[in-house]
Amino acid sequence: MTDLAIDVHGLNKSFGDKHVVKDFALQVRRGEIYGFLGPNGSGKTTSIRMLCGLLRPDSGSGTCLGHDVIRQTGAIKREVGYMTQRFSLWEDLTIRENLEFVARMYGMKDRRAAVGHALAELGLAERRDQLAGTLSGGWKQRLALAACMLHRPRLLLLDEPTAGVDPQARRDFWEEIHALAATGISVLVATHYMDEAERCHRLAYIADGRLLAKGTPDEVLHLFHLSTWAVSGTPAQLSALAAKLKHVPEICHVTAFGNTLHVMGEEDAALERAIAPFRDEPGIDWRRADPTLEDVFLHLMQGAPDNLQ
Amino acid sequence: MTFQAFSWSRWVGIMSKEFIQLKRDRLTFGMIIGIPVLQLILFGYAINADPKRLPTAVLAADSSQYSRTLLAAMQNSGYWRITQRVSSEAEAEELLAHGEAQFVVSIPENFGRKLVRGEKPVLLIEADASDPSATGNAIAALAQIASGALARELKGSLGDLAGAEPPFELRVHRRYNPEGVTAYNIVPGLLGTILTMTMILMTGLAMTRERERGTFENLLATPALPIEVMTGKIVPYILIGLIQVTLIFGFALTLFEVPMRGNAPLLYAVVLLFIAANLTLGITFSSIARNQLQAMQMTFFFFLPSILLSGFMFPFRGMPEWAQWLGSLLPLTHFLVLVRGIMLKGNGLDELWPQIWPIAVFMLVVISIGLGFYKRTLD
Repeated sequence: MTDLAIDVHGLNKSFGDKHVVKDFALQVRRGEIYGFLGPNGSGKTTSIRMLCGLLRPDSGSGTCLGHDVIRQTGAIKREVGYMTQRFSLWEDLTIRENLEFVARMYGMKDRRAAVGHALAELGLAERRDQLAGTLSGGWKQRLALAACMLHRPRLLLLDEPTAGVDPQARRDFWEEIHALAATGISVLVATHYMDEAERCHRLAYIADGRLLAKGTPDEVLHLFHLSTWAVSGTPAQLSALAAKLKHVPEICHVTAFGNTLHVMGEEDAALERAIAPFRDEPGIDWRRADPTLEDVFLHLMQGAPDNLQ
Repeated sequence: MTFQAFSWSRWVGIMSKEFIQLKRDRLTFGMIIGIPVLQLILFGYAINADPKRLPTAVLAADSSQYSRTLLAAMQNSGYWRITQRVSSEAEAEELLAHGEAQFVVSIPENFGRKLVRGEKPVLLIEADASDPSATGNAIAALAQIASGALARELKGSLGDLAGAEPPFELRVHRRYNPEGVTAYNIVPGLLGTILTMTMILMTGLAMTRERERGTFENLLATPALPIEVMTGKIVPYILIGLIQVTLIFGFALTLFEVPMRGNAPLLYAVVLLFIAANLTLGITFSSIARNQLQAMQMTFFFFLPSILLSGFMFPFRGMPEWAQWLGSLLPLTHFLVLVRGIMLKGNGLDELWPQIWPIAVFMLVVISIGLGFYKRTLD
């Protein structure tokens, strides 16, 4: 068996005349946490569903845990844990009933032990008879993760697992993901959060159905020679400044971060010349800054057409 | 407290949103047009509360002109259609039990001679009265038709026989339901319709509910096979069905005093088959429908013909041939014959088989359609 948990090439998927995923290729190594980023409607969920046999690709080929993604979806389902974007466990079953049902679906022999273990691990042993529908958002996510982990999959496909979850719960969640990866489990995780992207071993960025960038967070950061300036001042000054800077052609982005503005350009010298007239305004402080992943993604997105329609 | 005035523009907004959503839901839209048009045409032509051309067997031991005239007159009245001539009482009995004949007309030996002599021979009509409404009109019309026909024959010296009283004695045996109690027919019929309604509706919602709540995606991500999901979902409803049946039987026997002449385990076996057929239809509806509302509409679309064309509300034999053919596709049609057959006639498996296999075939066809529609993916 190869070292790759996911190895797919040229996957395409259309719904009607809408080409949702275009020539999707992805390689995820064993034990790797792979972050999957992109705006809403860019094809993340569709790509993940194709990987776990929930959608049939129109064309393309590849393997998931060594099984063919088109012909061996049954084998893939047995070894993959898939966590849906929307909570999709049964709200009218209790926590324990949900876990037992999932265990049965995977034909687990040591069902009781596995469910008991998962409950203890979740810290839900006392609340096991509570209906899943009555759990708060964060707990639902943890339950969903426990459910998709129950059959000890070798690959986890997580579709925005932390959407709507508080920072503490998100942190716990990522601790767990890293612990799992350390045991050799591969994880593909779709997210919108930049801090989560930074915690991945590798990243892929998709927009309008097309993969635009791949690599380690560091590689992605230096994909472009972006130079960034951080500007601080009073809110009124900054919003007036932002309005003016948006019309300067050498500036790619002006992004507001609380009490600072990030001003970004592709060419350092040109950018410096372009901002020169604004640097002397009183009460405003200009400083060089490192580009963040968010800056890079915003830059990537600018090249891709809008996906909302 | 602030008073808020009724806003026409808000009202128009809500109304147009409703129209738009209705327009998008193609199936609902189709049903809105389809239910009245299709069903009105279908039932308008099919339903007939005055059934004619009822299959009749003749056991004639006399071949005089009088018996021939009598039979011809019955045939001409439109109520009776002589389908068979039998030569023994046992043969006639079998035709009634199988439901192949609605009536057996027995003309005794020397009917003609006795008639001429004024001895008032007996004309025996045996009717399958398990559905009293199917035979009622024909029997009511019989005396008049018979004496009218004979009056034309009895002329001259026999003229005095064609008086006010008929020259023969008409004896009618209402078999299986001698008092013509409608409850005997209605109660088994209700059993069938209640089962049809609840079984199809409950399972119809079973799969669409998963789809609407998003849990279907989770189910699909597991290695569960379509056949496992479909059949596994059916079982609880079989149990519910059996409870309903037991309740209805209990009331039928105690409150309505419907007789139970046949074998109870056989009755339950037949009920089980019927329940299974309805459940497979329900689960098939639910794999075709996109949401719970559509599944519900499909159920009603099927339920109406089941009530009207099966012989539950109106006599089956009163419908034109095409409608009978349509009706014979429905499980309820066969189920009604089966239940009446077992409870009222005491039929056994031999007599019931012709009604059992169509239900089984229905079930197989429906489940294969359902499996075809069940999506293994979210495509």
